[in-house]
Amino acid sequence: MSQDATTQDTPPHNTVMVNGRAYPVTDHAFDVIVVGAGGSGLRAVVGASEAGLRTACITKVFPTRSHTVAAQGGIAAALGNMGPDDWRWHMYDTVKGSDWLGDQDCIEYLCRNAPEAVYELEHWGVPFSRNDDGTILQRAFGGMTTEFGKGPVKRTCAAADRTGHAMLHTMYGQALRQSAEFFIEYFAIDLIMDDEGRCRGVIALNMSDGSIHRFRGHQTILATGGYGRAYFSCTSAHICTGDGNGMVLRAGLPLQDMEFVQFHPTGVYGAGVLITEGARGEGGFLRNSEGEKFMERYEPSAKDLASRDVVSRAITIEIREGRGHGPDKDYMHLHLDHLDPDMLAEKLPGITDLARIFGGVDLCKEPVPVIPTCHYNMGGIPTNMHGEVISPRDGDPDAIVPGLMALGEAACVSVHGANRLGSNSLIDLVVFGRAAAKRCAEIVGTDSAIPELPKGAGDEAIARLDRFRYADGSTPTAELRMDMQKTMQRDCAVFRTKDVLQKGIDGIKKVWDAAADIKVTDHSLIWNTDLIETLEFDNLISQSAVTVQGAHAREESRGAHAREDFPTRDDKDWMKHTLSYADYGTHMVKLDFRPVHTFTLSNDIAYIEPKERVY
Amino acid sequence: MVEFTLPKNSKVTKGKSWNPPAKDAEPDRWREYRLYRYDPDTGENPRVDTYWVDMNDCGPMVLDALIWIKNNIDATLTFRRSCREGVCGSCSMNVAGTNTLACTMHADDAKGAIAVYPLPHMPVVKDLVPDMTQFYAQHRAIEPWLKTDSPTPQKEWRQSREDREKLDGLYECILCACCSTACPSYWWNGDRYLGLAVLLQADRWIEDSHDERTGERLDDLEDPFRLYRCHTILNCTKACPKGLEPASAIASLKRKMVERV
Repeated sequence: MSQDATTQDTPPHNTVMVNGRAYPVTDHAFDVIVVGAGGSGLRAVVGASEAGLRTACITKVFPTRSHTVAAQGGIAAALGNMGPDDWRWHMYDTVKGSDWLGDQDCIEYLCRNAPEAVYELEHWGVPFSRNDDGTILQRAFGGMTTEFGKGPVKRTCAAADRTGHAMLHTMYGQALRQSAEFFIEYFAIDLIMDDEGRCRGVIALNMSDGSIHRFRGHQTILATGGYGRAYFSCTSAHICTGDGNGMVLRAGLPLQDMEFVQFHPTGVYGAGVLITEGARGEGGFLRNSEGEKFMERYEPSAKDLASRDVVSRAITIEIREGRGHGPDKDYMHLHLDHLDPDMLAEKLPGITDLARIFGGVDLCKEPVPVIPTCHYNMGGIPTNMHGEVISPRDGDPDAIVPGLMALGEAACVSVHGANRLGSNSLIDLVVFGRAAAKRCAEIVGTDSAIPELPKGAGDEAIARLDRFRYADGSTPTAELRMDMQKTMQRDCAVFRTKDVLQKGIDGIKKVWDAAADIKVTDHSLIWNTDLIETLEFDNLISQSAVTVQGAHAREESRGAHAREDFPTRDDKDWMKHTLSYADYGTHMVKLDFRPVHTFTLSNDIAYIEPKERVY
Repeated sequence: MVEFTLPKNSKVTKGKSWNPPAKDAEPDRWREYRLYRYDPDTGENPRVDTYWVDMNDCGPMVLDALIWIKNNIDATLTFRRSCREGVCGSCSMNVAGTNTLACTMHADDAKGAIAVYPLPHMPVVKDLVPDMTQFYAQHRAIEPWLKTDSPTPQKEWRQSREDREKLDGLYECILCACCSTACPSYWWNGDRYLGLAVLLQADRWIEDSHDERTGERLDDLEDPFRLYRCHTILNCTKACPKGLEPASAIASLKRKMVERV
């Protein structure tokens, strides 16, 4: 049985002095170091441990508190339990959903491996809802179709509307079964990179006693999630601060496609909590203040089950044109009150609670007030389909960073391209979590010695920690964070224009510069959440900067990135991935580009040529 | 006469009043919160600090108020939080005398000044953050993973809807520990009694029609302490913020113990 590392008393190996203050440092060596214990992190932990690799999992919250727990609707895989289905149809939908920005070789890998990954979860005990014949229940989700776009298909495997919760708890159990070692409530501060550009490990703070821990290993896997908290209103948990993305930027490596931020059409007005797309999959629909089911006008065929970016834009237009509900005419109604209450109780019990607690409504009887809410980051750390991090060099756009991998929402494989389809993120987690573990097993020998770290590795990160710990300016972290979140919400939301985005660039730069005056009140090393929130803010601000800069540069509309001044997709100039680098010294962003893969993985399916995207 | 010595740090003192509203402040605008504070660095006894929250500027939930205080009044206030929608179980604490999740509790559901304490009878690391190590170790001890001997099928294991329904009320547990730490029996024997949340999880795997080690799992619970310290006090069911019934799960475990004899 695995040991909870927090209960072990390991004496520190050395002490680093910063400004006369002593920081005891403990060293650890593992074959594989996973940062993050959400769906993808845990899947990688299980896979790597199963392969006999010594695996550590560092996580800032207890694993079942990770944001995967909040995923509701389900996990997409062409099992064909409800009627004919084919992974090629799933692939077509994903390519189209991505507005052709996804890399089709990776999308093929995702879709053809999806069924196996779901069966594996089922064999581990995920309590999926069932059909009468005992197979896994599947439901309709936006953008999921049969026969390359013909009609809707039920492809999304569900455990009621608590699919993420069911998966996360099950995978945590599997990780316990293996010999993985957990470092719970450890906050990863920075990557340890060597002079050759190889990642050697990571340095972390044990939040409960303030000790510093250096982890060295063959492979470091960032599974640190998205950065929804860069926005004022988001469905993401408070912990979604994209810490891995921040670490990557500080290491001088690029992030990819950061301008693509998905707004979910149905966040509860005011609270921001999510109502699953599965609600519309089970027959729910949207209505404006004139009582019109307006989605029929925008997308006559798919209606309320068009892709998320499409529905969010439609809602935004309706509100803008004065057809919103409420005193400020600024939300829409999601109707489920026409549906069978028994069905709601069986298939959507969680959102029934959420609507009651946060929306103050009984959704069996009345509509839920909803508004598009920041939900998912398509962008992230560029990787290949094995999870290996990419950083172009010497003319090779797909050159990998040795020793470093990234997974899940933190990564940009890219399978979601410019817009992710609902229920494709949970499958992304397990398919690529599994792929990364397999890759580790291939390239890491179980008995190969883990090389010592270079002298002074991580000292810079400790100095940074100390600087923030005693930061004695006049602006509290909470104030800077609010300025950043309001700026992103105002200047980098559903609809974008050059002028507004320029204001966003200037605004974010101003906040970042103002951070020189940051104030941290709590100086303790024991459970110092003031310090942790400051480190998180420092991660968020650079991600905000690259997001708004990327959005400003991309002069076209594609997927979730909708430019009013450039309303059409421009495949000639913009069929390419944006790479963004942030300079933590000057607070400036540098952009570069990388070609989209216009090929598939096998001959089982041909490259899907770009065409107009209508639902 | 017997003399008792209270353990170190068990006396809670009156702390600071941070931002009392002006005398002529709008009535009902400022909500009073009395928060348990413990600073491990000083080692001083815990205290209860008083804060007032501007309800014109703050969301409706108790967690909103804690975040408002941390952002606007006192950045050193320490508590766990993550999903803010009642599914992750991070912000479990004792609010107005009841264990609950701060994120799903409406401040309006409490009367007067709202007292917020850490989960009862747990070692406190700092302020509202209890040490959960033992709770997690107990969860691990029941081996919360599916155990099968039959060969794994190519596709999914088939399961009838009726068998799947048996997991309802069990699998939804979020491990917030509200139930376990509301139980007097767990307070006295927390080192040997597994506690409600963990026994609910044990029952979740025993009830699973796929699991093939029911006997072994029951053997592991057959112990005067691990299972049988439940005295049907039912604080657990009252406390569960997800509306689950840990006591029913325990009753079901006890019944299975009897049935198999």
